[in-house]
Amino acid sequence: MSELILDRLRKEYGSFVAVDDVSLRVEEGELVALLGPSGCGKTTTLRMIAGFIEPTAGRITIGGRDVTWDPPYRRDTGMVFQSYALFPHMTVAQNVAFGLEMRKVPRAEAETRVRRALDLVRLGHLAARLPRQLSGGQQQRVALARALVVNPGVFLLDEPLSNLDAKLRLEVRVEIRELQKRLGLTTVFVTHDQEEALTLADRLVVMDHGVVQQVGTPEELYESPANLFVAGFIGRSNVLRGRLAERGRFISKGGLALAVPADGMAPGEAALALRPERIGVAPGASDGGVVGRVALVTYLGAATEYRVTLDGGETITASVPTPRPGDPLKLVSAGDAVTLTWPAESCRLLAPGPGATPDEGGL
Amino acid sequence: MTTRALEAARNGAAAAPATGHARMKRRAGRWALRGLAGLVFFFIFIPVIFVLWISLFQQQIVSFPPEGYTLRWYENAFARSEFRHGFGLSLQVAFIAMVIGVTSGAAGAYAIVRFRFPGREAFNTLLLGPLVVPGIVAGTSLYVYYIMVENLLDVDFRGTLHGLVLGHILLTIPWTVRLVSASLVGLDRAVEEAAMNLGAGPWTTFRRITLPMMRPGLVAASLFSFIQSFENLELTLLLVGPGRTTLPVAMLNYLEFRIDPTIAAVASVQIVLIGALMLITDRFVKLSRIV
Repeated sequence: MSELILDRLRKEYGSFVAVDDVSLRVEEGELVALLGPSGCGKTTTLRMIAGFIEPTAGRITIGGRDVTWDPPYRRDTGMVFQSYALFPHMTVAQNVAFGLEMRKVPRAEAETRVRRALDLVRLGHLAARLPRQLSGGQQQRVALARALVVNPGVFLLDEPLSNLDAKLRLEVRVEIRELQKRLGLTTVFVTHDQEEALTLADRLVVMDHGVVQQVGTPEELYESPANLFVAGFIGRSNVLRGRLAERGRFISKGGLALAVPADGMAPGEAALALRPERIGVAPGASDGGVVGRVALVTYLGAATEYRVTLDGGETITASVPTPRPGDPLKLVSAGDAVTLTWPAESCRLLAPGPGATPDEGGL
Repeated sequence: MTTRALEAARNGAAAAPATGHARMKRRAGRWALRGLAGLVFFFIFIPVIFVLWISLFQQQIVSFPPEGYTLRWYENAFARSEFRHGFGLSLQVAFIAMVIGVTSGAAGAYAIVRFRFPGREAFNTLLLGPLVVPGIVAGTSLYVYYIMVENLLDVDFRGTLHGLVLGHILLTIPWTVRLVSASLVGLDRAVEEAAMNLGAGPWTTFRRITLPMMRPGLVAASLFSFIQSFENLELTLLLVGPGRTTLPVAMLNYLEFRIDPTIAAVASVQIVLIGALMLITDRFVKLSRIV
C-alpha cells in the first residue's frame, strides 16, 4: 500500500476545463471519496490516476514514484469499474488470475492467491462459473477480488454500487469498507451519492465544474461547509440571502434580523445556511423565535418536516422527530402559525456568490 | 343501494364488454401476426423444398405429378466431371477467399471502429462498395482491369485461380466489415481497460481480451463470406477460364444444353452443405444474436 499524491492535476478538452488544478494527498490506508454531480470531473480525475487519460498538466505520484506519464499497465493500481468489466469469455477464477498471470506469478502461488481472494469475497464456490452466470452483486464481488488479488498500491473504485439495487448496495458498501480497512488499502472512490460518500469515506473531496470545492472529513463537511455548493450538496440546508449588518447580526432579504456566530466574515453581503434538523418547531406564535405559517407538513416516519413561510416571504424547512400523540405539535397542519427556534451557532455564514443550491430559499 | 354502489354496478356492467372486446382484438392481432409469419416462411422455403423434391423425380422432363422416384440424377451429378471439379474448385476458392477476406476485412473494421483518421467515412463506404455494384458490372470491370494488369506486368489473371480468388475476396469484404464492426461497437471498452489495469500491454490485451470477444463476429463473417463466394455466379462468369469453372458456372453451362433433375440434385447437395455449415456454426455462436 502506498500514498497517492495529486499535484495540480489538470485536464482540458479544447477550451473546456474538465479538471482544474486538483491537488490531493491520500494517506496510506485511507479511503477518500470524490463526490460531485455528473460532469464535475471526478471520473476524469480517477481515470487520470489509473492512466486511461493523459493529464494536460500536473503530477501523479504513487508510493513516491512519479507515474504521470506511465501507461496504465505499468501503474500499481487496482480498479473496479462501474460496469464491472469482467472478461466475459473467462471463468471467475481465470478473471481473478489474470493480473497474477500478467505479473508472472508462479502457478502454484497464483492458485493459492486466487482461492484466497475469492474466499475473501465469499465466492469460492463459484470459481468455475462464467460471469454471465452470476448475479450483479456476485459480478461486483468478482471485480473486487480481481482488483485486490494483485495487492495494488492504490485501489480505485468508479461508482461501484450504482448498478446494484438498494438493498444490495447497502450490503456491498459495508463489505467494501470492511475489506478496505482489513487490508489497509489506499483507496479512491468515485460517487455522486452523498450518503454513500459520507458513510464510506475517511475524507471527502467535493467537486463541481472540475474544481475542488472542499476537502474534509464527513463531519467537517457537514458541520462547516465552505460554500453554498457544499452546504447544498452534503446533506440539505436552508439558505437565506441578505447581508451581515455587523459582526453577529444578519439581516435577510425578507427583513429578518438573526443572531449569528460573531467570528469569521466581515460585514457585507452574505448567505446564511441552516440545517433543517437544527431547527425546533413550537405550535403558535410566540416571542423568542421566528414566526411563520406552515405551508406543508411531510411525515417521514421517524421525522416530520414542516415547510414554513415567514412573514417576509422566505421559506424555511424544519425537520423534527415526529411528535408523539398528545404533543400539541401533532395537531399542527398547513395554515397554522408556528415558532421556529435554533441556536445561533447552528447558522453558517457563507459567501453569497454563485454555487447556489437548487433548493434556494427553502430547500 | 347507495348511489355509489349503483354507480359502481353501472361502471362494472359497462366495463366488462369493453375488456372482452379488447381481448378479442388482441387475440385477432396475434393470429394475424402468426398467419403472416407462416406465409413468409412458406414463400422462403417452398423453392428449397421443391428443389429437393424434384431432384428425386423419375422422369427426365420435369412435370407434375412425378411418375416415380429415383436417385439416378444424383448418380449422374457425381459422374459428371464438370460438377465434381466445379465443386472442388468452388470449395477451394471459397476457403481461400474467406481466409484472406475475413482477415483483411476484420483489420479494416477494427481501424474504422477504433481509430479516428481523415477519410474514415469514405474508407467505410469503399469497403461496403462491392455490396452495391451489380455482380455482372463488377465482373466486367475486373475483366477489363485484369487485361490492363496482364499487359503491364506480364502475369496471367483471367481464368486463373488467383484471379478468381482476388475477385471473390471483394465479395467477402463488405460482409466481414459489417459483422465485425457490429461486434466491435458492442464491446465494452472498460473490459480492455480492466486488462490494462491488471498489467496487460496493448498486444496482450488485444490477443487475450479483444480478439476472443470479437470471435462471434468473426465466425459469422467467415460463414457468410464462404457462402457468398461459394454461390456466386455473376461475377465469377467473367473470371473463369477453360477447364476451370466453379460449381454455379458449371450448373449454368449444363442448363444451356438440357433440362433434367440433375441440376436439382446438384442444387440439393449445395443446399445441404450450406445448411449443415450454418447449423454447425450456430452450435458455437448463436447466429440469431449477431446477424
